[in-house]
Amino acid sequence: MTQEFFQISDEPIQVDEIVKKVESRDAGAITTFIGTVREWTKGKRTLYLEYQAYKPMAIKMLTTIGKEIQTKWPNTEVAITHRVGRLDISDIAVVIAVSSPHRKAAYEANEYAIERIKQIVPIWKKEHWENGETWLGDQLENVPYPEGKPHIKE
Amino acid sequence: MITVLLFAQLQEDAGTDQLELNIDEINVRELKERLQSDYNLSKLDQVMVAVNEEYALDDDVIKKGDTVAIIPPVSGG
Repeated sequence: MTQEFFQISDEPIQVDEIVKKVESRDAGAITTFIGTVREWTKGKRTLYLEYQAYKPMAIKMLTTIGKEIQTKWPNTEVAITHRVGRLDISDIAVVIAVSSPHRKAAYEANEYAIERIKQIVPIWKKEHWENGETWLGDQLENVPYPEGKPHIKE
Repeated sequence: MITVLLFAQLQEDAGTDQLELNIDEINVRELKERLQSDYNLSKLDQVMVAVNEEYALDDDVIKKGDTVAIIPPVSGG
């Protein structure tokens, strides 16, 4: 059943469906993070994005993140769905919902989840710019592969 | 056979998302060297490698039947 809480989807994400998964009578707070496609990045205009995932491993890693959160912040519930395929400006790329008895844990755990996604989940973003295209290769979304090759940031 | 999955830029460089290599046993470092020389994939020192959907280290051994994924720095979220 855990699997359903962590999904990779090629269909538009319905935010309320993700929120519903973490609803609980023990919860006093639910935080949601909605990652959307930005048009302008440092003066460059994005026309649309393409996300690719290594789906079975991505689901595994999302599940791992959920377990990490439940260890660090007990009594939380976590659900994450990440979209793949072509996304236009303002489309939703990722939704993270965390419920907890008190709000602080829900806020903290939610931020932790997006940071971990950018570190360990095998998903890649291809920017289709006004004047070209690049697979992005770093978690901070600002360093494209200059020669079209991966780049590790120190 | 070892199945090698490629993603993002590496997939475009190789012109395929999957390679089948006729190898019985090889470690991660040797596989990266082999991909670099035989398939012209560069900068493989900067990628992560997953064996059967788990991240692996350079000295980990890959055996016949395993599925290996070459994972360039991720950019989800």
